[in-house]
Amino acid sequence: MVYSTPHLKAHTMTEKPPPPKKTWSWRSQAFRGLVYQIIAFAVIASGLWWLASNTLHNMQVRGIQSGFDFLWGPAGFDIGESLYPFDSSQPYWQAFLIGLTNTLRVAIIGIILTTILGTLLGVGRFSRNALVRGLCYAYVELFRNVPVLLQLLMWYLLFTEALPMAVDAWTLGPLFLSKGGLSFPIPIWATGHLWGFFGLIAGCFVAWGYRRWAIRKFEATGQQRSMFWIPLLLTIVAGVLGWLAGGAPAEMNSPVKGEFAIEHGGSLTPEFLAILIGLTAYTAAFVAEVVRSGIQSVSRGQGEAAAALGLSQGHSMKLVQLPQALRVIIPPMTNQFLNLTKNSSLAVAIGYPDVVSIANTALNQTGRAVECIAIVMLVYLTTSLATSLLMNWYNSRSAIKER
Amino acid sequence: MTAQTFQPIAAREAPVKTEGLVAWIRINLFSDVPTSLMTLLVGGILLYTVPQFLSWALFRASWLPDYDACRVEGVGACWGVVTEKYRFILFGRYPFEEQWRPLLATALMLALLAASCMRAFWKPWLVILWVVVLGVFFTLMYGNTLGLSKVETDRWGGLPLTILLASLSMVMAFPIAMVVALGRRSNLPAIRTFCTIYVELIRGVPLISVLFMASFMFPLFMPQGVSIDVLIRVLVGITLFAAAYMAEVIRGGLQAIPKGQLEAAASLGLSYWQTQRKIVLPQALAMVVPSIMNNFIGLFKDTSLVTIVSLYELTGALSLALNSDANWRPFKIEGYLFITMIYFFFCFSMSRYSIWVEKQVNKGKAR
Repeated sequence: MVYSTPHLKAHTMTEKPPPPKKTWSWRSQAFRGLVYQIIAFAVIASGLWWLASNTLHNMQVRGIQSGFDFLWGPAGFDIGESLYPFDSSQPYWQAFLIGLTNTLRVAIIGIILTTILGTLLGVGRFSRNALVRGLCYAYVELFRNVPVLLQLLMWYLLFTEALPMAVDAWTLGPLFLSKGGLSFPIPIWATGHLWGFFGLIAGCFVAWGYRRWAIRKFEATGQQRSMFWIPLLLTIVAGVLGWLAGGAPAEMNSPVKGEFAIEHGGSLTPEFLAILIGLTAYTAAFVAEVVRSGIQSVSRGQGEAAAALGLSQGHSMKLVQLPQALRVIIPPMTNQFLNLTKNSSLAVAIGYPDVVSIANTALNQTGRAVECIAIVMLVYLTTSLATSLLMNWYNSRSAIKER
Repeated sequence: MTAQTFQPIAAREAPVKTEGLVAWIRINLFSDVPTSLMTLLVGGILLYTVPQFLSWALFRASWLPDYDACRVEGVGACWGVVTEKYRFILFGRYPFEEQWRPLLATALMLALLAASCMRAFWKPWLVILWVVVLGVFFTLMYGNTLGLSKVETDRWGGLPLTILLASLSMVMAFPIAMVVALGRRSNLPAIRTFCTIYVELIRGVPLISVLFMASFMFPLFMPQGVSIDVLIRVLVGITLFAAAYMAEVIRGGLQAIPKGQLEAAASLGLSYWQTQRKIVLPQALAMVVPSIMNNFIGLFKDTSLVTIVSLYELTGALSLALNSDANWRPFKIEGYLFITMIYFFFCFSMSRYSIWVEKQVNKGKAR
């Protein structure tokens, strides 16, 4: 039968195609896939089980205790610097908490400074001035081709060897720089500052309301209003008003040169400064490359087209070129931020009490290697995931809007 | 009527020169007022600092291995610390009279790495060459045969250790990374999940915690009575770490292969592994060679962290050399600058090489 009748055709059209036959044969791709997965699962599970049983057995034999109960025992060591007072009788979990805050302090300040320095260096690579161009290039090549640990050790050495003793500290106005670190004046806490803080919060609300109003007006009439400077001004003015309403307390706790050390005022230790400057200088070289490639990725025609449409230089940058460059910049920039956070663990090499060095001390004192390393890994995993979530959210905001 | 006489118009002025040194300076340094001001400012700072640095580092420096000469007032950098300690810095605690062995081993290894970078050597027998050279490297370093005395791995150090850690962990990480990268793009959910967990777990933690794990927890993982050398443990840790990062790079290459290639391979009747081996991987790997090179540079720098778990590679050997010697300890900064130059030399040449490879890879695409 070669010809099919119309009747037969209609019949085959209405009939559903037969469901794919489930064959439990080696020829079936689905079956093979299932077998592979079961094998992989079995191998990995048994490997993990083997490691775990070895570990438990070894711990039993060596008399190593396990469990996280040691976290509630007294730490028994002092911490060089902490955001709140700590002494050796306080429990381990508080020591870990201080380590965590110290890590976050370096990471957050470092990320802000790195972004600024890196962006300047990246833009500097496009300068019309050959000297600036060359300097930025030299900086990037020099700093990214030397291990960050070596750089940290060198900064620390500079801070502890090259700087003068506290008695002959370098002085710049109210600032003192010496082997003891950097001392600076801090305002003495008064209720007036609380009022200023309330004012800032109120200012933020006002500024937010202003922005909404301005956007609505712009959409209705096309009239443009300042979207950045006026809200900023509103916030600051509200803060200052609150501070004035609180009685304008302006008393400062200024550092003074004592007989052996700089006394009073706030201070940053040389360890903190070394790790902050070291990480910033190193990561900024990478951020500069990221920024440079982002700027290069926007073709010249985009700027020319924006100019042809009559956009001003600033608008062309803000509305046309920057959004496209950011799309390229943000994902690798996220990686650099994560790298900076992870590299802050090198603080252990110069004695800055971040979470890794606290864990290291606790490990040596209690011998609970598994728990201490687990805490460190958990801390970094959480920070990494949180950072990448935040940056992914920002990235999805700046990504191409496709329908 | 006066006869019209020929009156030549004035000659046009010569165009502004755009070539030559003076023109380059005018265009690049003094094109307008802000640029000129910037040039003066930056140039002034450079003129102030660079001569000072040069005078410290070269003209007033002391090159003799004599620490008293360095303490004289007005002497700049004390490179004597390098002349005195360079063998300790380069080879760590390796027995002094046997140090020709790490020197030879390092030279062989560097020659192998240089050969692997050249196109003429990209042949299947390069793998055999690697195996042979690694065997010779370990024999030379460890000894215990051929009349060589035995040197335990805890005495290895300095540059040989740095190069060994970086290159061996890279070579071992490569196959793992390839499998994991394929696994992350697999259709099988269980395999995909395992590979994703592995990559994200490793990438989420710093190398130093992996090294701590290798040095403190690894002995607990092993059955009773089995003890593995710390060098091997650290090597395994670095390899697993490097593999996760490399897997992401390779995955990027795999993603860039258009789907049509896979469909074409399937329509030709190629199996999964045939498709990967003959169609996908050759294209994907060629694409990611520069990124892998950058990974290698990062790994080379990261080997400096093993000093924290008491393996004395270049950075650790320097601290070991100077901390134990009170006479030379004040001149640590010169020692640091010396190994900075070594690291910079290696990393900078590798990054130049990666740019060259990128050009080679893109040659086929250039029209």
